Amino acid sequence: MKLLEHQCKQLLTRFGLPLNQQVIVDTPDAAVQAVRNLGQSAVLKAQVPFGGRGKAGGVKFVESPDETRDAAKTLLDLTLQSVPVRQISVEPKLSLKREIYVGATWDTSAKLPVALVSQAGGIEVEDADGGQIQRCLFDPFRGLSDYQGRELACSAGLSGKTMIGVGQILAKLTAVFLTIDAITLEINPLGETEDFHLIGVDAHIEIEDDAWYRQLDRLKIPGSQPSSGTGRPATELELAAQRIDSMDHRGVAGRVVEFDGDLALLIGGGGASLTVFDAIRRHGGRPANYCEVGGNPTQEKVAALTALLLSKPGVRQLAVIMNVVNNTRADVMAAGVLEGIQRAGLDPTKVVSVFRIPGSWEQEAREILARAGVEALGREISLDRASQLAVLHEPCNG
Amino acid sequence: MLLDRDANILVQGITGREASAMVSDMIDYGSRIVAGVTPGKGGQEIHGVPVFDTVRDAVAQHPSTVSVVSVPAPAVLDATLEAIAGGIKLCLIMTERVPRLDTCKILHLARQAGCTVIGPNTLGLIRPGIAKLGTIGGRLDNVKRSFVPGRVAILSRSGGMTTEIASFLTSHGIGQCLAVGVGGDPMVGSNFTDLIRLLEDDPTTDAVVIYGEPGGTAEEQLAQYLQEHGTRLRINAFLAGQFVDDMEGVRFGHAAVMVEGGHGSISGKKTALRKAGVFVAETFDDILTGLAS
Repeated sequence: MKLLEHQCKQLLTRFGLPLNQQVIVDTPDAAVQAVRNLGQSAVLKAQVPFGGRGKAGGVKFVESPDETRDAAKTLLDLTLQSVPVRQISVEPKLSLKREIYVGATWDTSAKLPVALVSQAGGIEVEDADGGQIQRCLFDPFRGLSDYQGRELACSAGLSGKTMIGVGQILAKLTAVFLTIDAITLEINPLGETEDFHLIGVDAHIEIEDDAWYRQLDRLKIPGSQPSSGTGRPATELELAAQRIDSMDHRGVAGRVVEFDGDLALLIGGGGASLTVFDAIRRHGGRPANYCEVGGNPTQEKVAALTALLLSKPGVRQLAVIMNVVNNTRADVMAAGVLEGIQRAGLDPTKVVSVFRIPGSWEQEAREILARAGVEALGREISLDRASQLAVLHEPCNG
Repeated sequence: MLLDRDANILVQGITGREASAMVSDMIDYGSRIVAGVTPGKGGQEIHGVPVFDTVRDAVAQHPSTVSVVSVPAPAVLDATLEAIAGGIKLCLIMTERVPRLDTCKILHLARQAGCTVIGPNTLGLIRPGIAKLGTIGGRLDNVKRSFVPGRVAILSRSGGMTTEIASFLTSHGIGQCLAVGVGGDPMVGSNFTDLIRLLEDDPTTDAVVIYGEPGGTAEEQLAQYLQEHGTRLRINAFLAGQFVDDMEGVRFGHAAVMVEGGHGSISGKKTALRKAGVFVAETFDDILTGLAS
């Protein structure tokens, strides 16, 4: 889950890192009041959970309360990357002589966390060529020690008081990174003021969804929850599928992403669903949905999901394709699919374009389907060929 | 290579519902499960396998070098550290949704102890005709139909696709020496590169089929390794999820499958692998190219 800037700042401040403090407002009036309270020039920033907002017009500098109303109104009317801006932050404008970048993330190649620092921070750091960012892998139990932080700061070309300060911040930042199960943690820019103070101006944190269970109480961030994973608001059908999936912890049958085709797909497991979706499209098919079934779901889940996928307007047929199953039971899948078709009031011999689930309990599945007039394809029909048949086939009835 | 016929195997979390079914299938296939561990359940038996409270007690009575970890995600770190401390040299972690900090801590200590880790989030590995670890292949009849001994290794980011590929090769008369579900997470104990290094020195392996997916850097790392070191092995790769390239920020299937900021795309992975001399199959059926006996 990606945190908003003000959530990042609150969190990092709690752990003793220096961040420029801000007030969060959701109306122009409140923004004016906040600037008045500051009594100096200020920065207003749209609170959205991704970077690049400066370039997109999501940051405004104001010299006085009078200028604030219009600036705040403009920001609150913005929609950035299809996310409407609901809150803005107000913080004192700092006079900085330098902008540094510090952060931590995972190196999946080295299989270790890595600390990052660049003396050229700010909005250009991601465009800068990689050579300017210095990296240091660190111990996943301990983070960086102060001396290791200083070594890294030195290698980034920093010196004097700045180097010592950045070294301390790196040590603290890596400890926080481990403590909060972060995937990424960045302070950028880490500003250096005229009088050599270091202060974080902006921060990004993403917390791992799989660790949320143990971070929820620790972080106490109001209104936060794990991300939905689709990057856009879920559709009615996707939400209904999520409800089906969560009605029983056994197996997966409901991770649905809607598309606007006419062929419903009940496909799995995780890898075969990708393989089949590609193949259906390559053969000219128009999927009505992506989904993923696996891990031996119950008949009820399969039936509910089947009925749901068939309820989508414009859907004409259903293709059921899985890899050779290891622990999912083909007979339970077959019974569930038939029950779902019945609930949808449809004729299985017309609606099933292909049914291909070889593997565990395959023979039992074949018999169940045969009684309903549906032919089960075996493993000799490859995933590719089954996908092609799903696109070409007239309703399959033997 | 990874798993010998006479290797003694522990199962941690053996009293769980899914582990219990898995143990029965593994024993049927000939895997030598000598003990199980579930804290608090010491003294029980599961399919004739004695259960102990601690790994220390289990290995004291039944010296073992392999452990299959099938415990809930919050318990994986502790269980695996217990296995490493007990002298286990091959640890297979089946559990899904393990936080990557925990995975990383495990791998850090495993490296120091000389323990190889497969997973997390894997269905297992198999050496056809010798033994299997995990639920890979399912029941005995299905395992025997899908996997037959031979000289091709399968390395796959998907457990289901491991069996699918094996079954496809088998139906075309091509046997396998090893099949590994490396795990569906962004960070896993043994990735393609780690395993290719092992296979390079294994005289029973001639060729490798790789199954890759969007997200992560496992395919790119392998390409870079092959560029630098070359290989004697014929390597065929099949990468699924081309459609995900057009859908930045959306996760499909396994935890690692997401294209973000232009990174992890199938197009990029295919280009990198081709440049490194790997044959990249455009369709699933093409994975046979150059393998026929």
